[in-house]
Amino acid sequence: MIALFARFGRGRTPVAPLEYTRRWWMRGWVGLVLLFLYLPLITLIAFSFNDSRRNIVWRGFTLDYYDKALNNTSLMEALLNSLTIAALATAVSVVLGSLAALWLWRFRFPFKAGAEGVMALPIVVPEICMGVAMLVFFARIGFPTDLVWPFNLGAITIAHITFCFPFVTMVVRSRLTSFNREEEEAAKDLGASEWQALRDVLIPHMMPGIVAGALLAFTLSLDDFVITFFTSGPNTITFPVKIYSMVRFSVTPEVNAASAMVIAITVILTTVALKLQSRSGISAQGH
Amino acid sequence: MESWRNAKALFAGVGFPPAAWLLVFFVVPLGVVWLYSFGTNTSLTEIEISGTFSNYARALDPLYLGILWKSVLVAAATTVICIVVGFPVALAIVFAPDRWKPWMLLAIMLPFWTNLLIRTYALIAVLRREGYANQAIGWLHDSLGALAPLVGLPQPGAYEPMELLYNNFAVIFGLVYVHLPFMVLPLYAALDKLDKSLIEASLDLGAGHLRTLLLIVAPLAAPGIVSGVIITFVPALGAYLTPDLLGGPDSQMIANVIERQFKRANDWPFGAALSFILMYATFIAIAFQAMKNRQAEARQ
Repeated sequence: MIALFARFGRGRTPVAPLEYTRRWWMRGWVGLVLLFLYLPLITLIAFSFNDSRRNIVWRGFTLDYYDKALNNTSLMEALLNSLTIAALATAVSVVLGSLAALWLWRFRFPFKAGAEGVMALPIVVPEICMGVAMLVFFARIGFPTDLVWPFNLGAITIAHITFCFPFVTMVVRSRLTSFNREEEEAAKDLGASEWQALRDVLIPHMMPGIVAGALLAFTLSLDDFVITFFTSGPNTITFPVKIYSMVRFSVTPEVNAASAMVIAITVILTTVALKLQSRSGISAQGH
Repeated sequence: MESWRNAKALFAGVGFPPAAWLLVFFVVPLGVVWLYSFGTNTSLTEIEISGTFSNYARALDPLYLGILWKSVLVAAATTVICIVVGFPVALAIVFAPDRWKPWMLLAIMLPFWTNLLIRTYALIAVLRREGYANQAIGWLHDSLGALAPLVGLPQPGAYEPMELLYNNFAVIFGLVYVHLPFMVLPLYAALDKLDKSLIEASLDLGAGHLRTLLLIVAPLAAPGIVSGVIITFVPALGAYLTPDLLGGPDSQMIANVIERQFKRANDWPFGAALSFILMYATFIAIAFQAMKNRQAEARQ
């Protein structure tokens, strides 16, 4: 009778002791945390369509501020700079990071723990310290600041590569641990050279890691403010640095519109990369 | 794994580019900063490496020591709040049905992919005087106030917006907002590996959920908790943007002082010394984590 009542009352099976996710307080807590994480971003995007200069009360839908942001030359220049830096930094980081991962995965050598420690250092060093180090370094060697675009972005790109490629190394190396060395040996037994084995056996296996690492590098580079802030000059403003100077003055729908566009870029890139990764993951299993 | 001796050319060819890059563009710049921290300003642009410790001595000045201590406290408060908020979330993901798990993880990760500056800016819009937080509280205040006479209470006065921005509260709020994913992911990784029959045993033997959580789950998840704490504490300690944009004049953290030495005060040697104090603090935190990990491995 009680069981029947419980069935009617709940309309489904009773909650098992470990089904924490089905308890109301747990759901409530997760819901509140997600609200905390997303509400500010959702209001930011919503108010980028708001037809009011003051950005406080909803006054109707408009795309004016997107138009304004897109026609703001210095903002668009900053965005172009950021995307250029991110693309260059990603390209170099992927090569350096994959090489480092291969190196650490394949070889046993003296002082290896030390080399691993130094490789991980850019990940853990506080951003401000790295920014300061880059500022001092480029001032000390007298890095030219009056080059033409895109060479004037060199200092920032170098700094970005330095903090991006260890992340690529980390991701690719964790992918390499699942590689079966016998596959490579079989390829070599069947007459493949060192290079062919690398190209046709090892690199295809590394690919999901490389894609994930590239995405990580691109987002980290696009996201970075502190290190860029220290390495950028008056002619090399990146998007976050530009937004920073705009935010210091006021909260305007134009900043909202620009931010919403960057959020869109990031979400699209993440989705594409996750898709690519899951597809290559499946094809790697199919081999 | 093979010895480097077996394939010296390959070893050098693969290892040289990343190692050389790291040496030139990371180790050398940090080395220059380290040398500068023992230097003195001889003119506006010249710094002489005189081997002095006066920059470090100046960092022990009560003013700077106070800021350093405050940074540690703010980072610690952020970390504690992140654990309290993040632990149930990690637990919920671990015990969620398998088809939900990736989506819940993605939901936690997605804000982390969003630009830090944009997230901080979004918080300004929420917390400022005429922001959404004050609007919501004001609306609650007014609608509850309108009900007050019905239950015999006096009608309260007009709502006075709270100052939520430009103070220490805003800084900690912002740091928690930014670092919460950092805490949830390692906690999830540690809890996911947990043997669930231990929890069942504890519940069967009569312990409540809270007691099981504190006496069984928390100790077993200790390595994950430690790495979550480090991965949250270290960046929070060196945070620059959050205190700069959300903080008031009295919520400066160590990174803001460092920035000022390099950008405005133009006292590079002192800034270099402060940077290295922050680095040493970071290294101590990481060494602590490595030690704890080793202890945990030894116990298994």
